[in-house]
Amino acid sequence: MYKASTGAPNDTYRVAQVANHGLLTYPHRLNFYDAPPLFEVTAEEFETSAIHRLHILSEIETSAARNRTWDELKKVTAIQCDQHLPLGHNIDKTEDLDGERRRDYLSHFVLRLAFCRSEDLRQRFVKAETTLFKLRYESDLINERASFLNSRDFNWIPVDATEQKLYAKELNSPYFGKTEAERLAEKYYKVKWTRVPDLVERRKVFVKKGWAYVPSREQSSIVFHEFETHLQRALEMTAKLIPRLDEDTRLIPVLDNLSRAFLNGISSEWTSTADAGNSETIKAEQVDSLAKKHFPLCMRTLHDNLQRDNHLKHFGRLQYGLFLKVLGLSVEEAIVFWRKSFSRIADDKFNKEYKYNIRHSYGLEGKRANYPAKSCQQLLTPGTSDHGCPYRNYSPENLQTALLSAYSSQGLRSSDLPEIMSYVKSSHYHVACTRVFELTHSTDGISKGEGLGGYENVIHPNEYAARSIALAKMKEEKVKEEPMVVE
Amino acid sequence: MEMDIGNDPTSTEVMLAFYRRLYPFKSIYNWLNHEHAPTRLFTHREFAFTLPGDVYLRYNSFTTADELKKQVCDLKPTRFEIGPVYSARPRDRKTVRAGALTPVLRELVFDIDMTDYDPVRTCCSEADICKNCWQFIAAAVHVLDMALRDQFGYEKLLWVYSGRRGIHLWISDKEAMELTDQQRKALVGWLTAVQAGKESSKKLNLHTGGRLSPSLQMALDYLNTIFGSLILSNQDCFLSEEGYEELLKVVPDAKVAAALRTKWESSPSRSSERKWVDLKKRAAAENFMPTLEDIIIQYTYPRLDAEVSKHRNHLLKAPFCVHPKTGRVCVPLSLDMIDNFDPESVPTVGQLLKELDKIKREEGDGAEVHSDWEKTSLKPYIDMLDRHAQSLMEVTRNEKRKSDMSW
Ligand SMILES: [Zn+2]
Repeated sequence: MYKASTGAPNDTYRVAQVANHGLLTYPHRLNFYDAPPLFEVTAEEFETSAIHRLHILSEIETSAARNRTWDELKKVTAIQCDQHLPLGHNIDKTEDLDGERRRDYLSHFVLRLAFCRSEDLRQRFVKAETTLFKLRYESDLINERASFLNSRDFNWIPVDATEQKLYAKELNSPYFGKTEAERLAEKYYKVKWTRVPDLVERRKVFVKKGWAYVPSREQSSIVFHEFETHLQRALEMTAKLIPRLDEDTRLIPVLDNLSRAFLNGISSEWTSTADAGNSETIKAEQVDSLAKKHFPLCMRTLHDNLQRDNHLKHFGRLQYGLFLKVLGLSVEEAIVFWRKSFSRIADDKFNKEYKYNIRHSYGLEGKRANYPAKSCQQLLTPGTSDHGCPYRNYSPENLQTALLSAYSSQGLRSSDLPEIMSYVKSSHYHVACTRVFELTHSTDGISKGEGLGGYENVIHPNEYAARSIALAKMKEEKVKEEPMVVE
Repeated sequence: MEMDIGNDPTSTEVMLAFYRRLYPFKSIYNWLNHEHAPTRLFTHREFAFTLPGDVYLRYNSFTTADELKKQVCDLKPTRFEIGPVYSARPRDRKTVRAGALTPVLRELVFDIDMTDYDPVRTCCSEADICKNCWQFIAAAVHVLDMALRDQFGYEKLLWVYSGRRGIHLWISDKEAMELTDQQRKALVGWLTAVQAGKESSKKLNLHTGGRLSPSLQMALDYLNTIFGSLILSNQDCFLSEEGYEELLKVVPDAKVAAALRTKWESSPSRSSERKWVDLKKRAAAENFMPTLEDIIIQYTYPRLDAEVSKHRNHLLKAPFCVHPKTGRVCVPLSLDMIDNFDPESVPTVGQLLKELDKIKREEGDGAEVHSDWEKTSLKPYIDMLDRHAQSLMEVTRNEKRKSDMSW
């Protein structure tokens, strides 16, 4: 993906392009998504394509929240695109260009349905989609991009020689940069200034009587703004139509899930790779030291409360128990662990009331279901009880105290708190948690922006812990490999 | 105030008399509505009232001018503000679906306040204003008026004295009414060269390739014509040590700045004009002419309150309200009145009611008539608003005719 043109000879290229154009349902990699899909879609395709796109949009949102530079954003988004929604150029020898583009097209429209339903969601979706469009526009091949631009009417008026002469002094001003020769050779397009607000805001164009004279090198501003307003309008239209959809009871839960996932960071329930189980088994005795070194704040808090009170309420037990199960605590070890922790309770009562529940959560009792551990998304869902995500549930004061007491031994300083709190304030709880991971793992070689490594955000408490444990192991092995240098 | 009705120009008796007999509700209606029959431009428009004791009532809306007048006379607000046209009637906001009440149309508005010029004016400070420092406002008006017409093509501009130390601008062109918040923000960015507020002595860096943008160049061409009279002679900004030190701060060459400082220290009475000539000579020799352009802009370019202009839902005091501190009426001003405008000459509510009483005595006690203001010094200002409203209504008429023909 995104590889630069390999410099194929022009005629070869042209042949390829002509051939493709005759065959492709979607002749361009870039898409303004004008008309909704009319083809039949299976329920599974409907949901999975949307989830794939959601991964990409979440990455874009996160990047904005973390102030990533454009180049960093490009890099991390390209990784997500390759993995979830690859989109080839016409010139690529990709087998299924149409299939890729169909998935892109479908997923966009599914997410429109999910995100049209509140002004906040609409704005965030438009912002993320416009960024994705910009990234694809930038990475498109010049010829293919030109052919896309020619395929639709952007309503820009080429400025003729007479008019260009009339405003020669202004248009050729050194203020607009470039050399004099370049300025004189420049082509201009006239659009209403309201279509290039970004250029106007920065005084990057000449404006006269309501018209902006946009040099061809700034033409993309028109395209991006057009994409943005086009999508904004389309979402508002969709929002008006959606009450009819509410009758379709199969669809609404899916859409609800999608929009919630976007708000809370996408959940690992949906990622095949993120079966965050740990192949190694853990002993009951190890839990305490693991908790102090490797657990995210939600689980760390539950652990500390359990140790302090020798008790946890039902939801806390359930949540922490499932987390430990996925971490690698066997049912036998779990019973040992909880027995020790609940030290104030008599054996009799423990065996009767708690042992059953522990075995139940391991699928050994009752309906014998294999209950998954709760993801961040589930913990962030309002009404999860007071054991949800501390970044969301705690007051700012309590959260800061909790963070320092949990992590200052791992290098978290109070000077780190303002940044973390700023993510919390803007409701990017998973970003806050990810940042804490980065700060407490900087000695493992994790730097700012890398997340759990590989630019992944925290979306599951088990991933946090598993990744932290893995990093510690890698470090140990490295120490073993590199013999100490003794002077 | 000079009135016998007491010292409080906003006592409820005074306000009631003013609203009943003088306030031009019909003209305001025409100006907001753009035609005779009520449209959404009026019926979906938010009005907010400020009552004595800082009670603030938002989301009022009315179907007619009379309804507005009746409510205003009942509430007797110290002032009221005009907001955007919403997607539904603001007064129904509790019954419309959540999120259905969004601002859709709004005049493009600007607010220029004298206090933003405190770092550069020498004659007055804070709430005070005189004919001299009004010239800062006058310069701002000329620059903005020119830019908005020349670059954005707007024509329906109404300048309104804010009643104390500033001026408001309301632009009612259709294209301006329809601007989104994003576009308003862009337009404000385009017009902003000097940040109003604390960091006003920050370097401007407006040049690229040694040039200003064509729009700022146009503003500078005008500001050049008033810089001498306003900044050098009238305000004498660089006479004091504090004043010329501000100037030396932006001189890019430390050696030049030091030389000028020595020279100016040794002759404390050296006028701002002479100092400017000193600086200009060095700028030509040392090649920092763009810095001089920055300075002219720094001292005279409009200082905008950006927040007022950027959001459609920002409320702004209605024209013809009474300023609670000065008792002066917020009257419209035409461009040719701006330069010689004297804030002291604006009629106060007390003075206007006195004029009415005098007429009553001369003509005998009759029933109050709607056009009482015809006989007061408020008349020329109301005529001005009426002419402006008429020109808006004419645009609407022409558009309707055009669309009739196209059918
Ligand atoms: Zn003054």
